Amino acid sequence: MEMEQQTVRMISPQDLLADTLRLKNGGYRLVAISCTNKDGMELSYSFDKNYELLTLRFVLTEEEQEVESISVIYPYSFLYENEIKELFGVRIKDIAIDFEDSLYQIPVKTPFGRKEGDD
Amino acid sequence: MGKRTVIPFGPQHPVLPEPIHLDLVLVDETVESAIPRIGYIHRGLEKLVEKKDFQQYTYVAERICGICSFMHGMGYCMAVESIFEADIPERAKFLRTIWAELSRLHSHLLWLGLMADAFGFESLFMQSWKLRELILDIFEETTGGRVIFSVCDIGGVRRDIDGATLNKIVNILTDMEKELREISHVFFNDHSVKLRTQGVGVLSKQAAFDLGAVGPMARASGIKLDMRCRGYAAYDRIKFKPIVETEGDSFARISVRIKELFQAISIIKQCVALIPEGDIKMKITGNPSGEHFTRLEQPRGEVVYYAKANGTKYLDRLRVRTPTFANVPALLETLKGCALADVPILILTIDPCISCTER
Amino acid sequence: MSFIKKSPWILHYDGSSCNGCDIEVLACLTPLYDVERFGVINTGNPKHADILLITGSVNEQNIPVVKQLYEQMADPKVVVAVGICANSGGIFAECYNVVGGVDKVIPVDVYVPGCAARPEAIIDGVVQGIGVLEEKRARAKKKIPAKQQNGV
Repeated sequence: MEMEQQTVRMISPQDLLADTLRLKNGGYRLVAISCTNKDGMELSYSFDKNYELLTLRFVLTEEEQEVESISVIYPYSFLYENEIKELFGVRIKDIAIDFEDSLYQIPVKTPFGRKEGDD
Repeated sequence: MGKRTVIPFGPQHPVLPEPIHLDLVLVDETVESAIPRIGYIHRGLEKLVEKKDFQQYTYVAERICGICSFMHGMGYCMAVESIFEADIPERAKFLRTIWAELSRLHSHLLWLGLMADAFGFESLFMQSWKLRELILDIFEETTGGRVIFSVCDIGGVRRDIDGATLNKIVNILTDMEKELREISHVFFNDHSVKLRTQGVGVLSKQAAFDLGAVGPMARASGIKLDMRCRGYAAYDRIKFKPIVETEGDSFARISVRIKELFQAISIIKQCVALIPEGDIKMKITGNPSGEHFTRLEQPRGEVVYYAKANGTKYLDRLRVRTPTFANVPALLETLKGCALADVPILILTIDPCISCTER
Repeated sequence: MSFIKKSPWILHYDGSSCNGCDIEVLACLTPLYDVERFGVINTGNPKHADILLITGSVNEQNIPVVKQLYEQMADPKVVVAVGICANSGGIFAECYNVVGGVDKVIPVDVYVPGCAARPEAIIDGVVQGIGVLEEKRARAKKKIPAKQQNGV
């Protein structure tokens, strides 16, 4: 069992850029962006400093809702964001390098975006 | 200024055992930028958690990648155990640490061989892989498998290693150290190896941080980042220091990995000296509920497992962020401005594992 | 191995394997197994190759690559599917981006089992492949010119 503290901080999608910038200035490293499709799209942005994991999280319930890309702050977030865009169908705008849904080139459209029983 | 040309690199390329595709934008012989295209090995195995229950999924997790198979299984098990708040038996923790460090040895030796092959040093390739077979023999003796051995399970490990075998492993590794010194002498001192790697693909400490590099790639650029310092499994009882170099070039990356070979041997020896008697597995009943992020240090760097469970047999989500995925931006940066002929070496210096990356 | 008359050259392609079988294919070349002593050479050029070793299953994106590699090889040629994923899709058969075994795309002559396939099994598969290669060669000599056999 891991004893490590794992902080998950719920934020609103509008605060994403401001909060991310604060972490960047605080010397945090972006570890991963994860997405879970369960009662809406739950986006988790995980950061690390001195082996402490801090996660910013929000849930998008409306399908049309757009999220800003954090690639203006962490340029290397572009791979995570392209992946989430392509596999989950989350609308992420202004990604530094946008592959326009051709990162993986899979035959199924947004495989993680569908709910069970959709196909 | 010369003409701009785009050269497609891959997916099938002699230097790469795995398919990756890069569009290299060249001005004469110099790479100006590189655009990656991945997805040749994308299977979508994160989605399989909906079809295989959390016990069965251990087998899938081990097949995320055949090189760090054990570490993937271990990471997945640790994530699920953390959701159960289960503290597994001490002996299992030590056994996991031993197998994990043996995996590091086999992976780094494999990489050294491929690297030697990439700069055209065939005999060094053969020497490295010859040593690697000794590690695979240990795997086979202790688990029955050579590369994928399904020995990790939720709640502990499936097989014990008895005292006599542990001592035998220590003897094998002690003998191996001598041979390792010989090949590392070549890597460190050979004139042509230096010519091909020193000053090639330099990544500064700042750039490595700004691009989110992990593992030996980050450590070769002077960033002290090693997830083992978090003290998972038995690492909190082992004495070791992250190996850091400062030059940030391909030579430094070789150096970090070679020093980690000796470090892995030292860690295994400490484990054998400290391992307690006792159970190797605890019973875990019921279904998991909750979520957890697990991070560990694979041969290629930090890996992240995020598991979210809902109280049923099937997890809601399993997400794996592998080290190569994190190192791709750093690779693209080092490719800028390099000579076309150096591209294979630079791709190899991140120790790419495409199968992990694309899942 | 005195029954082998010709030294086959091998082209290896990784479909969507987990690497387990790939590193075992490479291990066949290194000192412990050392198939090069029998003249088996791992080439990167499909036009030089007699035997195509494929590890891993096929997916939408690599189907054209696999087909193109196969078509570029000169006749007679043999395909050896290494590992359970190349045979049937294996544990990943249910994944959304996995079409199935290699035989969904090109004809497979020898199936090597295992997850991961052991070097001994891979070498055995190659040896069986040589047999198939000889048969194909003999058939081609007797009946029709090799060229018309394209795309068997």
